[in-house]
Amino acid sequence: MTDLRQREIVTPEGVPLHFVVARAGDRIAAFTVDILLISGASLVVILATVLLMGATRGIGLAVGLVAFFLLRNFYFTWFECLWQGTTPGKRAVGVRVIDGHGGILTAEAVFARNLMREVEVFVPLVAVLAPESLLPGIPAGVRWLALAWLFVLALLPLFNRDRLRVGDLVGGTLVVRAPSFVLCEDLSAPASAGPSVLTFTDAQLDLYGIRELQVLESLLREARPRGQALEAVAKKIQAKVGWVRPPAGRIDDEDFLRAFYTAQRARLEHRMLLGERREAKRGGSLTRRR
Amino acid sequence: MKSVGFRREREGTWAELETLVQRVERGGIADLSPADVSRLPVLYRATLSSLSVARAISLDANLLAYLESLGARAYVAIYSAKSHPLEAARDFWRRQFPRAVAAARAQVALSAIVMALGVVTGAALTLQDPARFYALVSEGVAEGRGPGSTTEELRDVLYGKRDAADLLAAFAMFLFTHNAGIGMLCFASGFAAGVPTLLLLFGNGLILGAFSGLYAERGLGLEFWAWILPHGVTELLAVVLCGAAGLVLAEALLFPGRHTRLGNLALRGREAGLVVIGAVLMFLAAGLVEGIFRQVVHAPAVRMSVAALTAVGWAAYFLRRPQP
Repeated sequence: MTDLRQREIVTPEGVPLHFVVARAGDRIAAFTVDILLISGASLVVILATVLLMGATRGIGLAVGLVAFFLLRNFYFTWFECLWQGTTPGKRAVGVRVIDGHGGILTAEAVFARNLMREVEVFVPLVAVLAPESLLPGIPAGVRWLALAWLFVLALLPLFNRDRLRVGDLVGGTLVVRAPSFVLCEDLSAPASAGPSVLTFTDAQLDLYGIRELQVLESLLREARPRGQALEAVAKKIQAKVGWVRPPAGRIDDEDFLRAFYTAQRARLEHRMLLGERREAKRGGSLTRRR
Repeated sequence: MKSVGFRREREGTWAELETLVQRVERGGIADLSPADVSRLPVLYRATLSSLSVARAISLDANLLAYLESLGARAYVAIYSAKSHPLEAARDFWRRQFPRAVAAARAQVALSAIVMALGVVTGAALTLQDPARFYALVSEGVAEGRGPGSTTEELRDVLYGKRDAADLLAAFAMFLFTHNAGIGMLCFASGFAAGVPTLLLLFGNGLILGAFSGLYAERGLGLEFWAWILPHGVTELLAVVLCGAAGLVLAEALLFPGRHTRLGNLALRGREAGLVVIGAVLMFLAAGLVEGIFRQVVHAPAVRMSVAALTAVGWAAYFLRRPQP
């Protein structure tokens, strides 16, 4: 798997869980979706304010101003608090915010990480596009300074392993891919193991290690069509372990592989219980675990 | 095989947890019935223990990945769930906010001193030479007021009905959003070693000082402060708090002490975030006073007593011994 991007989080119960850090591209995509939603909603607010102003004047304007303020400053905070660390954009892309040390994702962490967007994006953007509105009589050099600042902060996530932006540093948070796996059938359950007339000797089963076993598992779980691959792998294994085809009838490649998988897994799990974990066929010797 | 029996035995628990977690992911924790809510942590712990066992005895990659992801999803569902919003708000107001402010005592003092320095400097410069007012206050903020205005014009601003009465609410909200924006910028810019924060504080003080100098020169000093302070006590305090929060960030970054720089930043950044949440609420209160009360009540004595009242109120609130 993508080990480089995997981070271990120890839950308060003391069990390590593994999360995969979200890629920079995911983050950008999520942010883009959210910004589009904010812009769309802002347009609606402005239109509604203009319409309301005709009827109620002051109140309409007051409501519009507050709505616009909330939208700009609290859109991310609101969703990340109520949607378990996701926003519409993050949900669409499939990433989420968690606490970087395995604790509770608190409201103040969410608040702090999103306040920093102000210095990361909004203010430098204004400084680049319309410096006059920020501070009248601003020297031209400031525009370049703002551009450099924007650039540095925008690229900051690319320069650390955890893809942390300034807000994540301040809030102590981490953005990870939202994990989701489906529990498939157990390949070694008797119902699916096929005719169990096939037997293997311990010597045959000791040729392979855990990595080969799990490659075989992923092959067996793969969606069809895969007839040729199955045949090739079955042939290879049969040759390697010196397996002799029993005289009675022909045996399906898939049945053979399932039976071999079951026997191999039983053997490796048995040895693992006794404290010997065989990681792979090569580099060979057994890694002993306490 | 042991791992097959293990899976058959516990599969039911996992499936039950998965449906609960799915419901939380869709509709939040509020979607669960009380019975389900109390069931969730039990199932979660059982699944985590399954995961530990599976890591020790099973080589089924799919099973391990499934348990790991289910554990992670349940972990997120459980550890990012919130208490009731009203309860959280009460806890924030009674415990968290005053405590966070108390923890940043030194920064609050520094931020207040810097702003006060700005006020004194601005006032002194303007009193010496009123023409300097133009250098200190930009056209947009001055709104036509300046050394060139007559005393009458200046007085009118203090008592004038700024806008038609039904625009007061809009005006109040404009002030709130504008000031809260500045406050949050004060905090966030603390990340740049606090330099912009200090500049913003000092600059805000300069403008206020320049105005007070202008009015004092015309003998309107007391009335000017009666105009500013009813909302100013709350608003200036909120600016000071935001500045202090920015300074907390800067300090965490510059002087990490025994922690790592980033660990310290994460730790203190959240605390500072709490201070800013409280300050935003204070800006809202100040905006309402400024936009509505000030436009309606004109007697300097009443204005001053309201200012004194808010000052006493905030002092009592922040200096009260925080609850354990």
